[in-house]
Amino acid sequence: MWPLKWKKREQEYRRERADFFQAVGRLDRRSFMKIAGTAGALAAAQSILPPHSFQLVDVVEAQTAEKPLFRFAYISDTHLYERTLNERFVKATLRAVQDINALDPQPDFVLFGGDLAQLGQPAELELGKEILREVKAPIKMMVGEHDWFLDMGERWREHFGQPQYSFDHKGIHFITLMSVNEKDFWTERKMTPMERMLTVAGLDNSLQSRFEVGDEGRAWLRRDLAKVPRTTPVVIFSHSPLYKYYEPWNFWTADADQVQAMLFPFRSVTVIHGHTHQMLTHRIRNIHFHGMLSTAWPWPYAPEGLPKLTVQMDRADPFDEADGTGDGTIDVYRGGYVDKNHNLWSRNPLTVSRAYLESWGRTNVPPAPEFKSY
Amino acid sequence: MINKSYKLVTLAAFALAAFMFSFSDRTGQAISPGAVSAVAQQNQPRHPEAKSDSGNLVVQLCDGKTSMEIDGVREGEVLTPEKAREVAAKMMAAVAAEQSRQTSKWTERDRLTWEREQKRVIEEGDKLFHDWKALGGTIGISCDMCHPNASNTHAETYPKFQTQIKKVVSIREMINWCIENPMEGKPLPLDDPRLIAVEAYMAAQRKGVPLDPGKH
Repeated sequence: MWPLKWKKREQEYRRERADFFQAVGRLDRRSFMKIAGTAGALAAAQSILPPHSFQLVDVVEAQTAEKPLFRFAYISDTHLYERTLNERFVKATLRAVQDINALDPQPDFVLFGGDLAQLGQPAELELGKEILREVKAPIKMMVGEHDWFLDMGERWREHFGQPQYSFDHKGIHFITLMSVNEKDFWTERKMTPMERMLTVAGLDNSLQSRFEVGDEGRAWLRRDLAKVPRTTPVVIFSHSPLYKYYEPWNFWTADADQVQAMLFPFRSVTVIHGHTHQMLTHRIRNIHFHGMLSTAWPWPYAPEGLPKLTVQMDRADPFDEADGTGDGTIDVYRGGYVDKNHNLWSRNPLTVSRAYLESWGRTNVPPAPEFKSY
Repeated sequence: MINKSYKLVTLAAFALAAFMFSFSDRTGQAISPGAVSAVAQQNQPRHPEAKSDSGNLVVQLCDGKTSMEIDGVREGEVLTPEKAREVAAKMMAAVAAEQSRQTSKWTERDRLTWEREQKRVIEEGDKLFHDWKALGGTIGISCDMCHPNASNTHAETYPKFQTQIKKVVSIREMINWCIENPMEGKPLPLDDPRLIAVEAYMAAQRKGVPLDPGKH
């Protein structure tokens, strides 16, 4: 068993909070006052002022209407260094594992959203694998560029298998894409594998190519989708956003348009992506996009290109190392669309509901942040 | 004061040039382009030679910029003393007119120096911003990991009150806070060239954003 070094007080708080949200899910009128009382106490414990706790009421509304088909959870962008170099990211990953393991009922499975390692080193990937072994629910692995570009995925594939696969779960078709391929920028520049890795790892390093699913990946996707009826809901896991957000930071998938075109004929498509380390929401026609939080650090919003439907997260407080980071759960509904629950570790949890996206942002609007990025 | 004395020195130099015109004329030597400066600066880099397409004599002053084509006198011919004095007077007048417009002692060379040094320090800051070891970090965290292109650092808003430091601080103090905390290194002296370089890089990334000290 991995040693979990959490302060008892924090553990208690999280258990209390998990119980609370669980209770909210099966809420009736009579128990509302009791729950509301707990909510007030929790908010007070975090020294949060009243306006923040109003969102708890939104959660109630979103969840009383229809029960989800099932729930899965995610941990993403852990960016692990070797433990001897950096303990902070290890602790954050353990915290996410503890969060997920404390969920009751347990999620059907846990998506790991990519960037397990910081620099693709064998020891980093092994450390990550060892920690993720502690997750009780089954894990679905996705690869990120930080796992890949030291040895072009050799070690990652040894540990976790092929990076691109699909599976069916309770009537939903899931596809995990390998969307962080890059056209060769290293051979011509005679880069060593580590130089290539460091170039890709630098978000603002403009030497690298842009992400893509690539010709082979898209051919595989076409073959996979050919077997799926158009009425079957599709959920795609992709490390890069699968749309074009901000090119200079590679918040970008170069062949996103071609991939989207393959998905337009389906009745409902949801894309869950990593890489951007922030609350991110987008909709293109029938496709809903949700970004995952990182456990390691948050990224600021890009200076342009932010999708209009995105509910920004409040600016992270640099003096709180857990702020802007977290994990989350995803409730999948019968029609295929999902409610995305962002479990921000230093804030109240926040849900971006399917109703918000289905109404193009007209209803069920999540609370706005106090401070927008600029 | 500085400008005034500078002008006096300049005028003295041109007076000397005018004298040398007449001197070389009296000895019967041809006044040829470059001759004036060549006497005094044999081992110095030479001004570009001023020549006329039409083959007329071109006379150039020792500033290397002011020159005059003499109509009716072919290159290699000797100017009469009267003509030489007239040419010198005209050219000195032109220089005086030019001088009356110049209020700065700064030259193109100064401008290039400023530009080059700024660029050098920004590039140094860029490197440090992306290199946790160079800034003394100990856990593999570099500035760019949270602040790609120095985003969310807001150089234009400093000095400002940082609630957590409980006072108004300069951006260097905030950089030091980051070095000490997320990067787990040791703070640098506030005049450390590395700190100045990082500040220069951050400011360069926000170039053009209006100065707004205190904004949060």
